[in-house]
Amino acid sequence: MNRRNKVRNFHQAKWDEPVIYEISNEGERGILFPEIESEIQKIVGDGISKLPENMIRKQPPNLPELSQMQVLKHYLRLSQQTLGADLNVDIGQGTCTMKYSPKINEKLASSPKLSELHPSQDESTVQGILEVIYKLDLFLREISGLDKFTFQPGGGSQAIFAMASIIQAYHDSNDESEKRDEIISTMFSHPSDAAAPNVKGYKVINIYPNEDGLPDIEALEKAVSERTAGLLITNPEDTGIFNPKIREFTRIIHGVGGICGYDQANANGILGITRAKEADFDLSFFNLHKTFSSPHGCGGPATGALGVTKEFIKYLPVPLVEFDKEKYYFDYDVPKSIGKVRSFYGVVPAILKAYSWIMSLGSDGLKEVSQIAVLNNNYLLKKVLEIRGASAPYAKGKHRIEQVRYSWEELYQETGVTTEDITCRMVDFGFHMWSSHHPFIVPQPFTLEPTESYSKAELDEYIAGLKKVVEEAYENPELVKNAPHRSVVHKINTDSLDDPARWAITWRAYLKKKNKTL
Amino acid sequence: MDKKRKIIHPYIPNSVPEVKAKMLEEIGVNDIETLYEDIPEDLRFKEELNLPEPFTSEYALKRHVEQLLSRNQTCQENLSFLGGDCWQHYVPAICDEINQRSEFLTAYAGEPYEDHGRFQTLFEYASMMGELLDMDVVNVPTYDWGQAASTSIRMAARITGRTEILVSETISPDRLLIIRNYCKPIIKIKLVKYNTLTGKHDLEDLKAKISSKTAGIYFENPSYLGCIEDQGKDISDIAHDYGALSLVGTDPISLGILIPPSNYGADIVCGDIQALGMHMQFGGGLAGFIATRDEERYVMEYPSRLFGITSTSVEGEHGFGDVTYDRTSFHDRIEGKEFIGTATALWGITAGVYLALVGPQGIQELGQLIVQKSQYAMKKLSEIEGVKIPFDQSSHFKEFVVDFSDASKSVRDVNKILLKKRIFGGKDISVEFPELGNCAVYCVTEIHTKEDIDRLAMALDEYLNKGGSS
Repeated sequence: MNRRNKVRNFHQAKWDEPVIYEISNEGERGILFPEIESEIQKIVGDGISKLPENMIRKQPPNLPELSQMQVLKHYLRLSQQTLGADLNVDIGQGTCTMKYSPKINEKLASSPKLSELHPSQDESTVQGILEVIYKLDLFLREISGLDKFTFQPGGGSQAIFAMASIIQAYHDSNDESEKRDEIISTMFSHPSDAAAPNVKGYKVINIYPNEDGLPDIEALEKAVSERTAGLLITNPEDTGIFNPKIREFTRIIHGVGGICGYDQANANGILGITRAKEADFDLSFFNLHKTFSSPHGCGGPATGALGVTKEFIKYLPVPLVEFDKEKYYFDYDVPKSIGKVRSFYGVVPAILKAYSWIMSLGSDGLKEVSQIAVLNNNYLLKKVLEIRGASAPYAKGKHRIEQVRYSWEELYQETGVTTEDITCRMVDFGFHMWSSHHPFIVPQPFTLEPTESYSKAELDEYIAGLKKVVEEAYENPELVKNAPHRSVVHKINTDSLDDPARWAITWRAYLKKKNKTL
Repeated sequence: MDKKRKIIHPYIPNSVPEVKAKMLEEIGVNDIETLYEDIPEDLRFKEELNLPEPFTSEYALKRHVEQLLSRNQTCQENLSFLGGDCWQHYVPAICDEINQRSEFLTAYAGEPYEDHGRFQTLFEYASMMGELLDMDVVNVPTYDWGQAASTSIRMAARITGRTEILVSETISPDRLLIIRNYCKPIIKIKLVKYNTLTGKHDLEDLKAKISSKTAGIYFENPSYLGCIEDQGKDISDIAHDYGALSLVGTDPISLGILIPPSNYGADIVCGDIQALGMHMQFGGGLAGFIATRDEERYVMEYPSRLFGITSTSVEGEHGFGDVTYDRTSFHDRIEGKEFIGTATALWGITAGVYLALVGPQGIQELGQLIVQKSQYAMKKLSEIEGVKIPFDQSSHFKEFVVDFSDASKSVRDVNKILLKKRIFGGKDISVEFPELGNCAVYCVTEIHTKEDIDRLAMALDEYLNKGGSS
């Protein structure tokens, strides 16, 4: 490590690992299954010839053939070519809440006492896990102020979709769902807050930010009408600015008969500080894989824990988990239920991990999580603003909650180096730096969220990384533009990925197209 | 009570007072409270959250959670014949080894450079699934089969510009609930009948219901009732005659011995990959796949991430990236196809590991083992007085219906008795499929030994015919 500028002399593992089909050897075996018992064989024969003739597969599928250690090695190498949060100072994937996922919780969740449970087992045999589900419901009720939670949605977007479904079911029960065909969201809310209601047939009105970076309340007033079905809004939005008028928003929506859904996927800065209830929301959700520490798993499995006020419990997907003072049980008697959004009860290991995480922190601990996440973020904000070419649009001189959407616009104007270039160069030092959701309202955007998990020294190291790359951008922009240089691979040719004649989503498609196009 | 001892929590490094003070000083404020200045007083939660006292030591936490979990009775400690959307198969050790690697477990949404491995593993997963399914395009997995079927239906509607869908009555009732909610109010669903004697589809009913308004017919093979449908080609032909698409849900672990749906005319194929290396996890191991041919009009309708292989600036180096990212809601919140977010990528990686381990021979041997065992179980159970196996006994993969109507005992009673003998009987479908009578779906896989099956048969015979332990 170069102690002077605090940036590591990093190089990511580069195994040049072939695609698995390129290392396949005919006849090798990775695993064997039990032999059929001879008594069974005697009675039923080969089994296959009894199947309908036209349904029997004659040629085995073209799967690769590798011995066990070779499969292991291949995947271990590929794992080393992936930069998880356990390895880097993962504060560059803003909005994603890349915090520490405690290993003890992984151990507990992989216990056979959970992993070997079938979801259709008799209730008497699953009292332990039902208690965990029920208790987590109670915890999240307290944290949100709402009255009942379901853990069925398998991610934040599915929770948003469930909220849109509940909004529709509510208006349906009042015979108003045809008239109320509009959902209001904001440009700095998660894309799914607009996209998911669209699937339910809603026309979505996206409110743009005003000069302070907050969704324009005057625009909201103009947008609402008797056609308004509801509001789906993130707060704090991607900018990390808390919308102080949020209760005005819910008042306006309720005033025209709409329902309010709160996107609290990332609530990492406000646990025990402010809640959905006080802001008058009817529906809200938390991502257990963000705020509540369940790992991100390269993009799931995950949970969008969906909570509602009393009035909306009857619309929740079935079953709900209840307790009758003696035993825990599933309740399918939910009169106006939207049915189901995901099979069974959701991603149960994520539920256990979130439960365990809350049980390790308690009330004071959760508040400490949020306060330190906010402290870290404002420290980072101060330091980023000292970097040449960086800025934090909106709310100048004010503090932010858990994240900030920054801009490299000035740097770009002065050097021609883009956010994408910097992202690629940050990789050379072992860092992520994500840009922004689309559209890029903030030019040359980047979004940082330090959470509570990283030490001051780690935040300083990330800042040193940014400074180093910015220095290079001013002194030797080509170095940055041609990055990465010390990553797993070099500059990727992306043109073919949008060309139907050349894109290849599987190896077999690649083999078919390769000869035509290369 | 004394003021609680202030702890430095192991998950929160900057809790250390000196560090906190230094950072506050750098920011230029006196306390953290000032940083919340934007949150109005009337929105502030002033009380303390009413949560249990925490277990601050890892040891105490472990004991607490283990104590809770110890109240569960698992399929490992008991003998289980439960199936129906979640299945007990053997999970090779390497599957767990890989999906618990820190790198994969804690990565998220990085670039195709530093997360090259994530892109390659999911591309390889799609490649191996593509071979199993005999199709050229497979998505990065979605939540579960229910979502995969729902999206397949919405894709068919967009591709054909039609808004009616025919769905087989033999589908899993839970999945139908998911589909109904996902389609409402855009797509109208009509159910197609099946023959309660054979378990196969009623083609006359299909012909009567299909029209030029039909976007597609969705059926599952093997079905929720376990039957293998051998009229797949006829069904697809009927759909195509009307300009509709053939949509088939399938169990990928059956495809070592059964032909894939693309071979009998399916245009979009979907299903669940839980059987391919995921523990059941009380239903937490599910993940859905969608597959199609490599045609632009199909590819452009996926809402999912699709990872493609490409070249880099260095000769011979493989690079990966998102194929047609612009179609997703990540790129366009209004015009994007449906929506995309965090789903089940880690299970996709794991299913890839599983398929790489089993290989072409293994998947065939496994399929054969399963049908032999399930055929044996059917035979043994059908020999018990009062037990019938409806439908053609040779036309099943791992699941089959067991009918207790002649035994004058409800499935509920049967399962209660079996439970006492530490056996989890098949899933009760007497409410879901009342037309079949007093039935349960049993599932037999490679994990069941002859002794296991004999033990089940003996327990049933004893209860139904020998007045055993009630």
